[in-house]
Amino acid sequence: MGLNPFETVREEVGLSPEVSDEVKTSTCYMCACRCGIKVHLKNGKIRYIEGNPEHPVNKGVLCAKGSAGIMHQYSPAKLTKPLLRVGERGSGEFKEIEWDEALELATEWLGEVRRKDPAKLAFFTGRDQSQSLTGWWATQFGTHNFAAHGGFCSVNMAAGGLYTLGGAFWEFGEPDWERTLYHVMFGVADDHDSNPIKLGLGNLKTRPGTKFVSVNPVRTGYSAIADEWIGIRPGTDGLFVFALIHELLRAEKIDWASLARYSNAPWLVIREPGAADDGMFLRAGDGQPLAWCLEQGAAIRANAVHIKPAFAGERVVGGRKVLPSFQLLAERYLADEFSPDAVAETTGVPAEVTRRIAAELAEVAFERELVIDEPWVDAWGRHHDSFIGRPVSFHAMRGISAHSNGFHTCRAIHILQALLGSVDCPGGWRYKAPFPKPAPPNVKPAWPKAEAGVPLSGPPLGFPRSPEDLLVDQHGEPLRIDKAYSWEHPLALHGLMHMVLHNAATQDPYGIDVLFMFMANMAWNSAMNIPDTLGYFTRKDERGEYVIPKIIYSDAFYSETVPYCDLILPDTTYLERWDCISMLDRPISSAHGAGDSIRQPVIPLDRDVRPFQTVLLDLGARLGLPGMTNADGSPKFPGGYADYIVNHERSPGIGPLSGWRGEQGEKSGVGAVNPDQLARYIENGCFWHEELPLTAQFMKHGNRRYLDHAVKMGWLGHADPIIHQLYNEELQKFRNAARGHGRVQPPAAHRERIETYFDPLPIWYQPFLEASEGGEEFPVHALSQRPMHMYHSWGSQNAWLRQITSVNKLHVHRDLAAKHELADDDWVWIENPRGRVKAQVKLVTGVNPNVVWTWNAIGKRKGAWGLDKESPEVTKGFLLNHIITEKLLPEKGGPAYSNSDPVTGQAAWYDLRVRLRKCTAEEAGETSPMFQPLAQRFGGQQGPMEYGTDLQGADSGGKAPMRGFIGQRAANHSWIDGIRDGRGNRAEDDA
Amino acid sequence: MHPARSVIFFTTASGAGYGMMVWLAVLATLGLLPTDLPFGLVAFGLAFALIVAGLLSSTFHLGHPERAWRALSQWRSSWLSREGVAAILAFVPLGLFALCWMSLDRQGDVALLFGIVGAAMSLLTIFTTSMIYASLRTIPAWRNGWTVAGYLVLGPMNGAVILALLFAVFGYDGVMVTMQAIALALLVLGVVVKALYWRHLRVSAPVSTAGTATGLGHLGKVELTASPHDSDNYLLREMGFRIARKHAQKLRRITILLGFVVPILTLGGAMLMAGGAMATILSLLAWLACQTGIATERWLFFAEAKHVVTLYYGEQAV
Amino acid sequence: MTSLPETTAKKLGLVVDLDICVGCHACAVNCKEWNAAGKSAPLTDYDPYGKKPDGVWFNRIHTFETTDDAGQGQTVHFPRSCLHCEDAPCVTVCPTGASYKRTEDGIVLVNEDICIGCKLCSWACPYGAREYDEHAGVMKKCTLCVDKIYNTNLPEESRVPACVSTCPAGARSFGDLGDPQSEVSKLVAARGGYDLMPEQGTKPVNKYLPPRPKEHHKGQRGEDGKAPRMLAHADASTDGAGLIARWVDKILS
Ligand SMILES: Nc1nc2c(c(=O)[nH]1)N[C@H]1C(S)=C(S)[C@@H](COP(=O)(O)OP(=O)(O)OC[C@H]3O[C@@H](n4cnc5c(=O)[nH]c(N)nc54)[C@H](O)[C@@H]3O)O[C@H]1N2
Ligand SMILES: Nc1nc2c(c(=O)[nH]1)N[C@H]1C(S)=C(S)[C@@H](COP(=O)(O)OP(=O)(O)OC[C@H]3O[C@@H](n4cnc5c(=O)[nH]c(N)nc54)[C@H](O)[C@@H]3O)O[C@H]1N2
Ligand code: SF4
Ligand code: SF4
Ligand code: SF4
Ligand code: SF4
Ligand code: SF4
Ligand SMILES: [Mo]
Repeated sequence: MGLNPFETVREEVGLSPEVSDEVKTSTCYMCACRCGIKVHLKNGKIRYIEGNPEHPVNKGVLCAKGSAGIMHQYSPAKLTKPLLRVGERGSGEFKEIEWDEALELATEWLGEVRRKDPAKLAFFTGRDQSQSLTGWWATQFGTHNFAAHGGFCSVNMAAGGLYTLGGAFWEFGEPDWERTLYHVMFGVADDHDSNPIKLGLGNLKTRPGTKFVSVNPVRTGYSAIADEWIGIRPGTDGLFVFALIHELLRAEKIDWASLARYSNAPWLVIREPGAADDGMFLRAGDGQPLAWCLEQGAAIRANAVHIKPAFAGERVVGGRKVLPSFQLLAERYLADEFSPDAVAETTGVPAEVTRRIAAELAEVAFERELVIDEPWVDAWGRHHDSFIGRPVSFHAMRGISAHSNGFHTCRAIHILQALLGSVDCPGGWRYKAPFPKPAPPNVKPAWPKAEAGVPLSGPPLGFPRSPEDLLVDQHGEPLRIDKAYSWEHPLALHGLMHMVLHNAATQDPYGIDVLFMFMANMAWNSAMNIPDTLGYFTRKDERGEYVIPKIIYSDAFYSETVPYCDLILPDTTYLERWDCISMLDRPISSAHGAGDSIRQPVIPLDRDVRPFQTVLLDLGARLGLPGMTNADGSPKFPGGYADYIVNHERSPGIGPLSGWRGEQGEKSGVGAVNPDQLARYIENGCFWHEELPLTAQFMKHGNRRYLDHAVKMGWLGHADPIIHQLYNEELQKFRNAARGHGRVQPPAAHRERIETYFDPLPIWYQPFLEASEGGEEFPVHALSQRPMHMYHSWGSQNAWLRQITSVNKLHVHRDLAAKHELADDDWVWIENPRGRVKAQVKLVTGVNPNVVWTWNAIGKRKGAWGLDKESPEVTKGFLLNHIITEKLLPEKGGPAYSNSDPVTGQAAWYDLRVRLRKCTAEEAGETSPMFQPLAQRFGGQQGPMEYGTDLQGADSGGKAPMRGFIGQRAANHSWIDGIRDGRGNRAEDDA
Repeated sequence: MHPARSVIFFTTASGAGYGMMVWLAVLATLGLLPTDLPFGLVAFGLAFALIVAGLLSSTFHLGHPERAWRALSQWRSSWLSREGVAAILAFVPLGLFALCWMSLDRQGDVALLFGIVGAAMSLLTIFTTSMIYASLRTIPAWRNGWTVAGYLVLGPMNGAVILALLFAVFGYDGVMVTMQAIALALLVLGVVVKALYWRHLRVSAPVSTAGTATGLGHLGKVELTASPHDSDNYLLREMGFRIARKHAQKLRRITILLGFVVPILTLGGAMLMAGGAMATILSLLAWLACQTGIATERWLFFAEAKHVVTLYYGEQAV
Repeated sequence: MTSLPETTAKKLGLVVDLDICVGCHACAVNCKEWNAAGKSAPLTDYDPYGKKPDGVWFNRIHTFETTDDAGQGQTVHFPRSCLHCEDAPCVTVCPTGASYKRTEDGIVLVNEDICIGCKLCSWACPYGAREYDEHAGVMKKCTLCVDKIYNTNLPEESRVPACVSTCPAGARSFGDLGDPQSEVSKLVAARGGYDLMPEQGTKPVNKYLPPRPKEHHKGQRGEDGKAPRMLAHADASTDGAGLIARWVDKILS
């Protein structure tokens, strides 16, 4: 550049700057979706993270959170050293200690519990992708008091699906996005399948002749792009689904063939009120269920190859009055009370809309059949020339799940799918390996051991099939600290994490010695009732000792929970450690085939922190836990978690990773340990994915080829077809127990409740909290939604993400706002009988007028997360959690139940009802409640941050041809025959 | 638009400076300009000081003032560049005019020629300044002839008021009256231009709407329900400045009163007195009021101007 | 000179499909991370952990609601970045020549080495696409990832603007909008892609694809003018007794 002021300076733009010194693949953990990433490293720092185009989960795309992984890594709130509490709980006064001391202390605390009574250790993990390790560790330790966050998250979804279809929406199945023509989504804001859903919707919406319906009180995100938005009243989806079923039944738009073959619709149910086996299936001597064959005029094995089953008709078989379970179903949903007109007022969905949706579903399912000409053999040995697809699909998540009637609603949606014959067919909803499993899977929750120091005989979490499987004492009282698998919540498959602190602090059912937590912000956004929960942490007995004597916690960041714990074991970030997303856990499988993946350390540690999994194995070895210790007492996995991932075998030949097993890496699924396994994963982009042959990709529940394959891979114990349990006999067993039958019966106090809610067919009832305090006084439903760019509490420490959202407003319908004379940015009190929260409002129209909503987990406590104490997250951000209760008020004389689904114990976050009151001028300006500031241990950079300046690459010269690129929808067609894999397959090169 | 202090100062000060230059040249040509050196030093000195201070202050709001010289290169397309070039070019005749006037040949043709060219360059510079604003389609409040008219009238008006004061101070009663007459005429013109400018703002239809900004207008009313960022960003700080209507009305009244009415009355009064201490005091008052009024006017010129980018941030029409 | 080129060999730009944008901000954040160390590095964050979190971004996602006369509404997510206008006023107002439009591909860039930070270009841009780095004192903006799309150090599939390759919904496309035969041009033609604020005379290269009509636009009759077909009830009984009676002896499969 000269100094001629009149010269026009031309810029030489370097078109090919060097991007990175090295690119490492791994798996994202900015949320639970598990996308494949490519991390570009430069000068030892992260230059760029992009989606891995080869990866089956995200096919190259990366969401906002994943892209902000850089700022997660450089968060100021990262813990740096083990901490030992020195001040009072909650004060945030700690001293830094060395790892040796920390581990010795933990070993001492845990060892003492284990010697005395291992059940006095409650081990609860949160946002965890290593449950197969943590659960196994608990088993080896000998405590049955283990669970992960599923209980407050979405167990209604898991249970509803697993007890009906042997798979669930929630991570165990997905719509056939590439083929479905009609998709109905209930209550989803982002969900675990974050990128796949976006890829899928983009695909669906850019294909001709498709329709996407979103049922959601709020019209944001996915609902915004829906072709039809149904702004239903919260907690009433069950009724809406019943009305759809009602319509389909009345029009006989039912896939009879599929029901006859793959469901228990024809199975005969004993209808003898009062009998001990009333409502149970009529079974042959060998336990096989029977159905009435119209051709043979007799009850024969329902599973027979040739059968023309009756779907209705009460008959007498062997002296028992029986009828096909389908008739019970039809009688229930054909009833007038479930007609579109009858439910319209409660759901807020006009009857004509419900009728039209039912007609559209029927039309797409039965008149727009999809045929894939691929021969296959069913589980009965019959050959089929093609797969017939009914291209309607459904997806649901916490909008259904987080209500106290969610289990039944979720079952209803699965039943609707089965009635339409759209389960695991082309264009329908499809299982992801290792699912389907028998409905429910054959694992029972392990009982506590009478003897200290021995492992449990199985995993702590399982699937009860009858009252005998409950973990209750001879009086019917709970044996678990969270009361899971008790009469209060019999099918609490994932435990009740939201009750642990309450129960431990109130010593109900008993006190514990050590609470050990991992990756859960229990003192803040994952507590249902923060003010009281903080009190549970700090509650002292008359001797002045903490009622929960010792709390060990592993976090990676200075969250609100850290100051409430005694010993902090600081974890690494997801970019610094080995991890394993295992088939034993929640793998990355898709409908097309099984997959699992790993994380590898992409950048070296710069702090004195250790990967929690490695620490857990180390503690296991120090405690001498079986499985983690060699005979000579030495640690079995001296190489830490990476060592375990490769060398641990859960059963012979089955380990955490399924890919490249066998000595040469020649096997998948089952095979000998391969010392080279991690290297093979890294070569392949840190994942393994094995596509099923097309002939095994559909109808997996009754597909011979698939079922055999699943047995071979160790996913299933036997290759029997998996029959969909529309009518659920397991539930009936509990109900019969409540009616006074069987060996194990509920205590009197719980009988009515069990009888009511253990209906073998889905029922609808008003959500509990709404029923008890949802009257005129608290007329408004209050919901939260996940922002797509934030993950719970982690997002706010992220310098980039918090620029998008640093305050959450209460979104209020304009009509409702007008009633309260509210304008944008006015402050309101959100009140309910437990208290009130102050928030700023934002007026919208895209919401059910009786609903207010806000973004979840934006509000932060002063002092936490390395944020300035005057940050908007602190002064204006708020949580609804402060006024959500974890306990329902007891009915007169009755027990005080948890604010959860009565079947599964799922926390009922979205049953919240409130009223609004405009703040006075003096009250405006800052949120409330405002808790005591935490001691701020970490602080972020003040003043401008110029990230990236030193990462600019030098131009290496050259210019590659430019390529056009048509969105990701091209990529989406990759699985369809005839279209080549396609990320960019529509790209044109520069000639 | 955000009313940046430096820009307000720049446009008012250099406008006044150029305005003074225009009248100095006119008076010189008419043979009315006093020829004594102290007056010349003060008058020309003040004019230059205002111009230079204005230009300097305009560089304060630059991110890189040290690169300001680069702003000359794009005179073919950029009004800002043209302004820079014009301002620099204007210095040549103006400087020579001043030099000639004060040293060599006071009333000679050369000085007058420099004076006339300088006056033209001054007006041209003011014009280029006005065109920076008037060329921006994104700000309909600016993109109109009244913007140009306003700058072209207000600069010389300001200059005339200042000169009238100077003549009063130096006791040149004769030329003072002429200057006062010119100033009064310009003040009247100014108030008319400003009133018409505001009328224009009031009556002109919006150019763009939230509907055209998003292309969603065919779907009905378009309202912002989520901003991309919760804190203010550069766009909102720079272009999202909003002034309450009530406030604007008040400031307009202040502008009219201080910028025009008070100067007209005081200057008119001074003119009637035709000299004396009281006339000087009144001229001083006129100048002070005018200065305050014009600064307010300039502040409003920015503050009232809505940028179409605000359509993405909740504004309905601009 | 920064007068605009008469023509450009290509008109590279983006096409944003408002029908499928879910407002996830993925494009905005991926843009930020690519460009933080790209041509315009850094994209300063002024107060990263403090009271006023704000910084330089090239792409920002708004959400709008529309309401028609019948009270029917729609929510539309709306990404906003530089449109690489053909008649880019940001270029012509620039006094230094720092702002320019490339003749080879039409990309509008800022040469930060000579930008004086006068901000005039940001006043001239109707779309708020110019981001002044208040710390660095220079103007920055979307580069259309000029240092990515031609980059010989990247594998072929990465040579796409960051926001485009990352968009999970596939709502963003990239290509030569000057070539009517290009995939993007065809997409625009097929879907009625439109300009933002055409009245501003900027002739944007980037196009937006409109959201498709929703169910409520169909009114009582479907798009094809037919009323939706309702299910015929097989039996008139309202408690289902008649239906069930029909099924008793019927082979239904
Ligand atoms: N009002 C309301 N409340 C809700 C919900 C709602 O919808 N509305 N949703 C509920 C649901 S479904 C859930 S799942 C919960 C989620 O709530 P939490 O499980 O509490 O989730 P996070 O806030 O993500 O907290 C996880 C903790 O893990 C820490 N962490 C992050 N990365 C690592 C790591 O690599 N290692 C370790 N050791 N720790 C790490 C974080 O610092 C944080 O303290 O919230 C529940 N709370
Ligand atoms: N970006 C991001 N992704 C995440 C998370 C995150 O924090 N951020 N968290 C992860 C976790 S732990 C979970 S559990 C999942 C949850 O995934 P989602 O289920 O998508 O999460 P929620 O935000 O709870 O969304 C619930 C939706 O249901 C609607 N809703 C509420 N009540 C009802 C109702 O009665 N009926 C219907 N039909 N709808 C209703 C709400 O309006 C909201 O849109 O997301 C996971 N993915
Ligand atoms: S959805 Fe986003 S945050 Fe979650 S794993 Fe995938 S890229 Fe990461
Ligand atoms: S990434 Fe795609 S879907 Fe998400 S906001 Fe950007 S354009 Fe919209
Ligand atoms: S969008 Fe704005 S910055 Fe981009 S080219 Fe057009 S006018 Fe210039
Ligand atoms: S800020 Fe820089 S790029 Fe913009 S007009 Fe001024 S000199 Fe040109
Ligand atoms: S093209 Fe590149 S610079 Fe422009 S918005 Fe997209 S990612 Fe950002
Ligand atoms: Mo969750």
